[in-house]
Amino acid sequence: MVRWILIGVLSLALIGTGFWGYREHQEKNAILTQAENTYQRSFHELTYHMDLLHDQIGTALAMNSTERLSPQFVEIWRLTSEALSNVGQLPLGLLPFNKTEEFLSNIGDFTYKTAVRNLENSPLTDEESETLKQLYSQSGDIKDELRQVQHIALENNLRWMDVQLALANPDEQVDNTIIDGFKTVEKSVEGFNEGNSQSSVIGTSSNDHKYKYLNGDKISEQDALEKSKEIFNVENEENLTIAESGEGSDVPMYSVSYHNDEKRAYMDISQQGGHPLNILVSRDIANNQISLNEGAEKAQDYLESFDLDSMSLFQSSEYNNVGVYSFLYNENDVRVYSDAVEVKVALDNGDVLGLSTNNYYMNHSDRDIPEPDISEEEAKEMVNPNVDIQEEFLAVIDNDLGEEVLVYEFLGVLDNDTFRIFINAMNGQEEKVEKLDGTEINFASNF
Amino acid sequence: MTYRRVSFLLMIICLSLIGLQSETSTKTVHAFSDQVIQHGAVGDDVIELQSRLQYVGFYNGKIDGVFGWGTYWALRNFQYEFGMEIDGLAGQATKDKLVKASDYDEGYVKGKINQGQDFTHYGGGDRTDNQSAPQADTPTDTGGSVSAANVPQGYSQNDIQLMANAVYGEARGEPYEGQVAVAAVILNRIESPTFPNTASGVIFEPRAFTAVADGQIWLTPNETAREAVLDAINGWDPSSNALYYFNPDTATSGWIWTRPQIKKIGKHIFCK
Repeated sequence: MVRWILIGVLSLALIGTGFWGYREHQEKNAILTQAENTYQRSFHELTYHMDLLHDQIGTALAMNSTERLSPQFVEIWRLTSEALSNVGQLPLGLLPFNKTEEFLSNIGDFTYKTAVRNLENSPLTDEESETLKQLYSQSGDIKDELRQVQHIALENNLRWMDVQLALANPDEQVDNTIIDGFKTVEKSVEGFNEGNSQSSVIGTSSNDHKYKYLNGDKISEQDALEKSKEIFNVENEENLTIAESGEGSDVPMYSVSYHNDEKRAYMDISQQGGHPLNILVSRDIANNQISLNEGAEKAQDYLESFDLDSMSLFQSSEYNNVGVYSFLYNENDVRVYSDAVEVKVALDNGDVLGLSTNNYYMNHSDRDIPEPDISEEEAKEMVNPNVDIQEEFLAVIDNDLGEEVLVYEFLGVLDNDTFRIFINAMNGQEEKVEKLDGTEINFASNF
Repeated sequence: MTYRRVSFLLMIICLSLIGLQSETSTKTVHAFSDQVIQHGAVGDDVIELQSRLQYVGFYNGKIDGVFGWGTYWALRNFQYEFGMEIDGLAGQATKDKLVKASDYDEGYVKGKINQGQDFTHYGGGDRTDNQSAPQADTPTDTGGSVSAANVPQGYSQNDIQLMANAVYGEARGEPYEGQVAVAAVILNRIESPTFPNTASGVIFEPRAFTAVADGQIWLTPNETAREAVLDAINGWDPSSNALYYFNPDTATSGWIWTRPQIKKIGKHIFCK
């Protein structure tokens, strides 16, 4: 009897211990994941901040007016401190990473000194411009190296926890791509010595003007269904589902989705007037049969079928046999950045795969676009003389205060980079300078 | 005996035919396909365009097969110098002019690119010096020559990859529009003042995404998740400016139910 009780108690204790051990193990794993996530976050933020830093220094090179330059330096200064704190959070204690940190604080010092100085009275000297140029190319190298490390890390699912272990046991042969990568980054900074020492405008707008231009009568659910059959090019209603939007929606709409064996389609259509706000079709896409240019014509025709005329092509890009086009509303040769529309065309057969008019309907209204007060020539003089201006437009953009302003838009080249520069057409103020990229080394193709 | 002789003869004929073939393919004057090449295009025609522009001294960037800004300005300057209409489009007239003004050795250029060499000077003089060696092993695989990729303004392929990881971990069983919507929520959060300003900041914010907390984010994402992220970055937002979403079957927090709801896509409810 006593024996059985003893066995019972002991086995209970055993189960209890097992359960406790399992809980401990689970907790440990959760905490490990948590720590790993913090490392991952710092690392990815570091690469992003370096990328941004590079762009911002480049933009500063293309700037002219001191009113823009000072805030730009403050921005760079802020980014260096963010990047520095990212570096500080990485488990690199055993790796000499001080050159990179030094480089970052050098940029910080330089930009801080220039930002607090009155640039109106003592503008940048030639040596300072030269330093800035050097910092620009150096930050470019570091950025590329870090992006390369990031690519490898993402490709192979590398864990920072493993890096820490690898750093702690130098004898053990482990895959230490991250460490090697960071050593290369560190090397590329060594060249620098003291002696020499985002936001996109398209489609963004302040939220004042909400869907003023959704004209037309309210449509019923049945109307929306009919319309989507037409747009999706389907006969029967069997595979169509429709739902009304909830109270959180900015504008009342119906969402329709459709699927058959080959494709899925989805559309948001406004209740007011029945305008499509979002169309997305997904299907397998074969190899290119038509060019990006032919696709642009299809996209333009498609827009016209929805009475969206006076849209002019702004940008086009080809991704994996799909052409993505963005159009801007064009009023008497003035392009309005906030009224943007995107279209996606499959380049295998020219079918339209998507339309996004949300920005257009949210921002579009009847505007009173004034005549510019200053001439194009006068505006050109406001641009940094080192920038070689290649193209010019008139445009309406939202400035930093969220007001719509008429600007001269200049596309220019400085060294090998292209910049978009906006000069206020009323008072000649430099409203925005943007460095344009859009192409990147394909890291995956180097292996 | 005769049989052997015949087969020997056949072999010789075959070999010489192969030889001839490779002879002709490297010697033919290559010319563009008949498409109009414009900004944003990718592929062999762009490689040819860049090489020819470099040959005549207008383009000094990398020959990478992506029609970016550098190529655009080179083309416009070419059109300007040759008195043509300056539109930055490589149409038939422009291509004819270019073909007349320049030489293009496809095998040489692609060989160089595939070897991963940086070369930025493709032109008469300095090319002939080191031309002989790489010509011998011209790669036949032309698709792999494009060494760059289009990315949306302000994003790196790695940012897209990281977001694709998050979308795949969070919504891989969802319909396509549901995946685009999840990607759009990440972007809306980056824009919003109450959330971090970077993609990694938003994704790794503690307790923000369950896929991050339980490690599902490190599953390898499929092509669909990547496409969804690209669509979201390029402007599609099926979530209609949502900042939150949740799965009503598994949501543990009562607070989420108090948010004004926008719509339901697949299993997820999107809200403000």
